[in-house]
Amino acid sequence: MPAKKLNLRKRYELLTRGMGWETTHHDMDDVFPYDSFEGIKITDWDKWEDPFRLTMDAYWKFQAEKEKKLYAVIDSFAQNNGQTNLSDASYLSAIKLFITGVTPIEYAAHRGFAHLGRHFRGDGARVACQMQAIDELRHQQTQVHTISHYNKHFNGLHDPFYQFDRVWYLSVPKSFAEDAMTAGPFEFITSISFAFEYVLTNMLFVPFMSGAAYNGDMATVTFGFSAQSDESRHMTLGLEIIKFMLEQHEDNLPIVQRWMDKHFWRAYRLLALVSAMQDYMLTNSPLSWKEAWDVYFVENGGALFEDLSRYGLRMPKYHELATAEADHLSHQVWSVFCLLGNATGFHTFLPTEEKMDWLSEKYPDTFDKYYRPRFEHWAKQKEEGTFKYLEALPQLCQVCQIPMIFTEVETDPMQLSFRASEYKGDKYNTCSDGCKDIFDHEPEKYAQAWLPVHQIFQGNCGGATIPEVLEWYKFAPEDGGDYIGSQDHARWQEWKGTDKKVKEA
Amino acid sequence: MSIEISAKTIQPVRLSYGNLKERFGDKKPASRYQEAVYDIQPTANFHYRPLWDKNHELYDASRTAIVMEDWYSFADPRQYYYGTYTIARAKQQDVAEHNFAFVDKRDLFDSVPEEVKQAAREILVPLRHVEWAANMNNCQITDECYGSNFSTVAMFNAMDRLGMAQYVTRLGLLLDGNEETSLDAGKKAWMEAPEWQGLRHAIEDMFVLDDWFELMVAQNFVLDGLVFPLLYDRFEKKLTTDGGATIAMLTEFMDDWYKETVRWTNALAKVTAKESEANQELLSEWTNKWTDRLVGALEPVAAKAFGADGIEQLTEVKEELLARLTKNGITGLKRS
Repeated sequence: MPAKKLNLRKRYELLTRGMGWETTHHDMDDVFPYDSFEGIKITDWDKWEDPFRLTMDAYWKFQAEKEKKLYAVIDSFAQNNGQTNLSDASYLSAIKLFITGVTPIEYAAHRGFAHLGRHFRGDGARVACQMQAIDELRHQQTQVHTISHYNKHFNGLHDPFYQFDRVWYLSVPKSFAEDAMTAGPFEFITSISFAFEYVLTNMLFVPFMSGAAYNGDMATVTFGFSAQSDESRHMTLGLEIIKFMLEQHEDNLPIVQRWMDKHFWRAYRLLALVSAMQDYMLTNSPLSWKEAWDVYFVENGGALFEDLSRYGLRMPKYHELATAEADHLSHQVWSVFCLLGNATGFHTFLPTEEKMDWLSEKYPDTFDKYYRPRFEHWAKQKEEGTFKYLEALPQLCQVCQIPMIFTEVETDPMQLSFRASEYKGDKYNTCSDGCKDIFDHEPEKYAQAWLPVHQIFQGNCGGATIPEVLEWYKFAPEDGGDYIGSQDHARWQEWKGTDKKVKEA
Repeated sequence: MSIEISAKTIQPVRLSYGNLKERFGDKKPASRYQEAVYDIQPTANFHYRPLWDKNHELYDASRTAIVMEDWYSFADPRQYYYGTYTIARAKQQDVAEHNFAFVDKRDLFDSVPEEVKQAAREILVPLRHVEWAANMNNCQITDECYGSNFSTVAMFNAMDRLGMAQYVTRLGLLLDGNEETSLDAGKKAWMEAPEWQGLRHAIEDMFVLDDWFELMVAQNFVLDGLVFPLLYDRFEKKLTTDGGATIAMLTEFMDDWYKETVRWTNALAKVTAKESEANQELLSEWTNKWTDRLVGALEPVAAKAFGADGIEQLTEVKEELLARLTKNGITGLKRS
């Protein structure tokens, strides 16, 4: 008898649904204890539409093909000393920030999605989260393997995961990831899958991956491309979960909107680090931060939220401010890194004349007026030998944990933006209305934050002096400071044969 | 004759990441396995307590009673990181796919006696729920465990179980020409037939276990140590003798998978028991508890699968399991 034909959809359903069951010896609320406390109401998990239909056999097959290609490129890159083809070794500051600040978030996402992969009550949602959990593990591992070769030839890449737990500017991504992970499962997925991976993913992908391509970094480009098909699955999951929550019950809308507001701002503040990377660390930048923001957030994001307005969802709060800040963000962040370049695990450098001209062109309203004078002033000081790094430790925002460097861009761009809240008799400082709102809504959560500067003052970071703290960070003296004159720089000149020319001159 | 390709050699300034240099020295470059899984998980300076578990930090070694001086004492003997894992499984799925296609093309099921097909429906098809539960349990371990070496091995295991639940489902579909009657009957048996209720009860109890290492013992040491040898090996052999070699072809993946998986569970038992007397006692207590429970639960399944021979088959499997665990350092096990 010929077998009945199954269409793909039906076949997929049989391979992923109906294997779970309503437990009878324990209440389902005890088997799935975490998916109701946030107040999200799910009336029918069977309405969940699987965002991608991938059975495990197909997954193994596709992913293995991608891995074979990726590792062939990684091996060949190492064998042929691909690092010598970079635009400039100073570009690696971006990769140093990537492996210390982004790769650990991939691991965090792996664990976070495993948590959801166990604890969502719906079978389909669990499987989708598990797929993402293993993908995120892939990204962490392939990034470590790709960047391993750079670690063999450059400083500042040797202890990324140890540093993620400790270093002052890495508490920005760490607190971002832990904020989502310590929340309930629906908030986690709204934060990571939607706010971060759907709405803002290009703001990370473009500078790092196109940035890598623009600077001869074939290793990073390759894992970027290889991760792209995973990422598109993750984005589909982000959109599906939002629609699912909003379709399930009208009471979910205000909760989802609040999470959207919160995690948009949280992710946007995290990306402030990326803005500096994009505009300053990349020797050749494919797009300025502002250009990328206009295309990927203002245009594409605007269209997305227009589409979502039929569910009642509106643009995230303070998005206008984020757009106004686009003219200032990267300059403010890179300035503070340059001033604290004695305490970074990557090299800092002042923008070259050529770079400043590019910045003037990309930021006609702000760069020459506010920021060029400061970089020229520091350049002059460096020439005269009078430049001094900041000796004082900066005050950090209680929520995003970035130093309080942002300004009132809508009224007076030279005026620092500063907000404060009180909680149980203590004062907590925040950098913006966005961060203050987040604090005020859950003060008991954000009051717990492990703020690196506070911790240094309390003596929890190896000692009271900068060298002691840096040693505790495992920052070697050659890891930070100016790129010009560094070991990385010297090595680069040696490979390029420019060291002799310099000596001759 | 070898041809020398002259290339510029550039001496590296270091051979591996700092954590690996501390662990293994820097005489030679670290392996990809080492780079991928060691010391990736955060261990300090957590920002916020989980809203869903205020008694623990986000990553917290005290989520189990097992205590390890260094959670990275355990290494996967297969050295699986994502790349090697997916490449290994892709090869296995290629074989499985070939087998499924071959059975389908040659209508091999036509020659399988009806009573053998029925036995497969009654004994093998309900195992898709067992694998599904194993997927949940290993996902739970991935979620709660301590150390990126553990989360990696548990994640791969969780996905393997989903894959095997899907292979069993495909077997179920082949058994009735995609009519789904075998899957429906399997689910009904799993929920209602007396022979499966003890096992389902035990598995539901595993869903609510507090200690992830106890869950590791219950699921990956004991339950798998009974079910795979009993049902995917011995029972398949019986089906083969009775004219059902076709069915064995379709579950070859599971048999191979188990032989491979035992390598890391053995290594894990060994390193955990060796660490301390207290660990060894916990492992022994949990192994005894879950062996009693699960052997009892599997008795009616074994009787159904093997008839009069069932209890003896199960007892042999149990003895093999306990002997193996004892050999790997879990002493004080109750042998019959």
